[in-house]
Order: sequence, then C-alpha cells, then structure tokens
Amino acid sequence: MTALLTRPTAAPGAARRARHRRAGVVSGVLAALLALLFAFPLVRAAILSVTDGGGLTTDNYGKLADFGAGLPTYLWNSAVVTVITVAGSLALAIPAGYGFARYTFRGKNLIFVLILAILMIPHPTILIPLYVLLGDLGLQNTLIGVALVMIMFQLPFSVFMMRIAFSAVPEELEEAAMLDGCSETRAMLRVSLAAVVPSVVTVGLFAFFAAWNEFLTPLILLNDGSRFTLPIALVSLRSGDFGAVDLGALQAGVIVSALPCVVLFLLLQRHYVRGLLAGALRG
Amino acid sequence: MSAIALTRRRGRRHSIRRPRTGFLLVLPAALVAVGLFVVPLVLAARMSVSDWPLLGEPSFTGLENYRAIAGNDLVGQALGFTAKYAAVILVVLLAVALGLAMLVRRPRRGVGLLRTAFFLPAAVGLTSAALLFYELYFAGLSPVDDALTGLGLIDRPIDWLGQPGTAFLSVVIMMTWRFAGFYMLILLAGLQSIPDDVYEAARLDGANRWQTLRHVTLPLLRPSLALCTILIITGALLAFEQFYVLTNGGPDNSTVTLVIVIVREAFSFLDLGSAAAISMVVLGGLIVLNVVQLLALRRER
Repeated sequence: MTALLTRPTAAPGAARRARHRRAGVVSGVLAALLALLFAFPLVRAAILSVTDGGGLTTDNYGKLADFGAGLPTYLWNSAVVTVITVAGSLALAIPAGYGFARYTFRGKNLIFVLILAILMIPHPTILIPLYVLLGDLGLQNTLIGVALVMIMFQLPFSVFMMRIAFSAVPEELEEAAMLDGCSETRAMLRVSLAAVVPSVVTVGLFAFFAAWNEFLTPLILLNDGSRFTLPIALVSLRSGDFGAVDLGALQAGVIVSALPCVVLFLLLQRHYVRGLLAGALRG
Repeated sequence: MSAIALTRRRGRRHSIRRPRTGFLLVLPAALVAVGLFVVPLVLAARMSVSDWPLLGEPSFTGLENYRAIAGNDLVGQALGFTAKYAAVILVVLLAVALGLAMLVRRPRRGVGLLRTAFFLPAAVGLTSAALLFYELYFAGLSPVDDALTGLGLIDRPIDWLGQPGTAFLSVVIMMTWRFAGFYMLILLAGLQSIPDDVYEAARLDGANRWQTLRHVTLPLLRPSLALCTILIITGALLAFEQFYVLTNGGPDNSTVTLVIVIVREAFSFLDLGSAAAISMVVLGGLIVLNVVQLLALRRER
C-alpha cells in the first residue's frame, strides 16, 4: 500500500530515467577503462615480445628457442605431460563416472568420498612422499610420473563432472537401445557417451589447463634440466640459471606459454565457464 | 520408486545392472586414488615422525619434528604472514570481483566483450601471470617512475619487489588481476539468480542504490559470497607460486608463506621429516578451518 502511495508520478519518473541513462554512460565508460586495464599486461607483453625499440623483430623468440636445453625440448616435455594427463583423466573418469551414476555396489559411497577427499589435501603434503614413492617405482624424474600425479590431482573434478553428466542422461534412452538389440556396453557407448560429449570436453579442457600450467608438481618431481616443463624452464630463465636474465626472451616465453590456453579458452569459452561454475558449486 | 516401476524394470532382461560391473568401472580410478593419494598420505604421516633425510636411511624419532616446529621462528613468521595475506587478498578480491560483477550484470551492447576481458587473465597459468608481472614491476613501470621523479614526488625509481611493503602489494595486485574475473563469474551467477521483482519491490519502496546493495543484493548473494570466501582463503593459505616467482620469499624473508617453508625444509635443507611434519600441521589446520566454515554455513541456513 505504501509502495503504491509513494509510486513516483510521471515527472520524477522522467528525471529518474535521465539519471539512469547518465549512470549507464558513466558505468559503461568505467567498465571499458577497466577492461583496457585488465588487457594491458598481456597486450603489452605480446607487443614488446615482437618489437625492438621501434622496429619489428623475432630476436626475442630466437633467443627463447635456444635458452637452456632449447624451447622445443621444454614444449615437448610440457606437451607429453599434458597429453598423458588429458588422456588419463578421461580414461579413468568416463568409466568411473558411468559406474557411479548407473550402478549400486558395496563401498560405492566410500570410494566416491575417497576420490573427493583429494581436493582437501595441500599439494606439498602429498608431493614430498610421492617424490620418495615414485623413486621406488623407478618413476622419479620422469614425465610419466608427473602426469600420473596430475591425473590424481584432477580426479575429483573429472569423476564428479562425469558422474553428474551421466546422471542427467535418462536411463530409458539406454534401455530403449538395449531393447533394440544393443548390448549393455554398446548402449552406453552409443547413447550415453554421445549425450555427455560437452562434459567430456570440459573435463579434457580442465586437465589440459592444469597440466600445461602446473608448477609445483614438476618442480618437486623433476630434477634433470632437460626434462623440465615450460613453466619450470621459464622460472629458471627468470632466475638467471641460463646466464644473464633476458627480459625480452622472458616476455616471449610468457606469450608462448599463455597462447595455447588463451586460444583454447576463446574457442571453448562456454565449456570452460560451465566447468568453472560446476567446479565451484561442488564446494 | 513405485512397485510397478520395479517389476517393469525386473522384466527387462538387459536392464539389470550387475554390481560387479559397476565396481569394475570404478576400480581404475579407485586404484589411482589409493596408490597416489592414500599411500603417500600414510607415508607423509610416517615421515613426520622420522628423521628422513633426502638421501640416506630414515630412522624413527617420535614427535621430534613436531617439537622442532615450535622452535622454528620462520614457521611462526610464515604463519603470521600467510594469515595476513589471506585476510588482505580476501577483502580485495571480494570487493573487486563484486564491483566487476555489478558492472557487467545487465545485458547491454558489448557486455560479453567486457566479461571476456575481465575473465581472460584466469586462462593464463599462475606461473606465467607471475612472470608477466615480474617483468612489469622490474622494467615496465619505469615510465611511471620517470614521471613521478620528474614531478619531484620520488627521488629515485621505486624498487617494487625489493622492499617488503611494495613487494607484498605487488603480489596482491598480480593476484587481483589473475583471479578477479574468476570470482566475478561466481558472483555473477549468484546475482543473476536474484529475481527482478525483488529489485522492483525495493525500488517501489524508495530504496536508493546503496540501500538496495546493502539490504537486498548482499544478503541474497550470501551463498555465492560464502563460496568465494572458502575458495579464496583455502587458496591463500596454500599460496606458493605467486610468492616463489615474484619475491622468492624476500626481501629478508618478509614474504615467506607456509608452503615456501615446507618446500625449503625439504629441498634446501634436505629434511623431508621436518617438511612432512609442517605439512601435516597445515593439513590439520585446513581440515579444522573447513569444518568450522561448513558448520557456520549450515547454522545460517
């Protein structure tokens, strides 16, 4: 009732609209300035990496190619860890997600909670004993060892995402396929897997980002310079382990390391955002 | 499930799912969790009660490593610094993220571009982000320094990473750039779940912008804010890369975090037992903190 009585009459309403328009312009300008500020560090590094006091140059990338064991070595090492982590995460999480979503068996909840508990652990707590354990397995100082640990760190997110995804596919779809003569496996593959492709992309994308950018795990598990992944090599470059610190080469290195992630993000933005929100909401 | 549904399901030969199949599907993931998570965790506990040099034979020493923590000044200092960092980054990130979310809340021309611009830093790895800002603080701000010197405001260039106060500030700025868009997104999802008629009612009641924010938006945004708080605090207590790359704990150990202490104990002092003991204490602290936060959340509901 009070609301009705105090409802603004036509004239103040117009004034309010005008005020709103002005506020809209102000916030629009502010937002645009802030966006420029956020873009500044990356854009600046990209420009500086290909310029030299005025002219264009590829010198910085040339120097980057030759530092330490050579950029190709570090790119290869990062690629190996990333490919194994993505493939391994999917290979474990797709069947596990399906198992958790569609079956009941003894110990199911215990196993699920155990996998989620990985989220709680501070990484150094577990990396120090892993350094010793991987040594016993002969996997110390290997890229496979690093990838296995990355798969483990990704497991809670991957399994959780795949479980949710399979749960959202109506079971009747598979039953219909089975009635049509498909076996259980083929029904799963044909019907359900096709329906959860977006989640598979999200899980793969997150495994990619995590493995490509990880620093602490390879820092602790690798000690041979020629096995370093790109982030470790770049920090070594910064620390002057390969001679005088070359900031131009460092700029180029940051761009090389960020580029795949930025491109993938721009291409698959929707999957990335969806994954972040799902990941955030699990908390 | 109704009885009819049950009998119907039983009636279909293929639709009976054997528990064993489910277990076998989950088994590989469970084995990785046990082998690379449970076993190392047990080993960490064992290491924490042993004298365990990086090279050489370990031996049982009881609670020696835990007692040594109390006498390790750097641990106390790191704990204080980590807590201070967590408090500062929590306030700064929440404020900036909320501001950004309010700016890009309403659909209008170019809003997608703005969201992408704010969010893009989150696609850059933390180490790359730190290296990016390292160069910026090291050489990129010299035009700013020159201008300030020209105006007579400072008499020599600011050594951003070389003084405790500015080194800390440098990390906070870098982390805000890297994570504000990420938390903006969580808050944006929360903002968009607030129905329009709540705002309409507030407007009709004559509430101004500030009153609407305080009495309508913030209370309804509480679950999203709580989620951001838990994520930011947990992340801050485990801070490593940002300080390792930008300041390496310096100057004068003024920016040493708990995780930097753990890594130093293990790989600079080659004392895995001591590193394991400190990380078990950190693990315990995190569990307590998370339980408290969850209980507080539950009581609110």
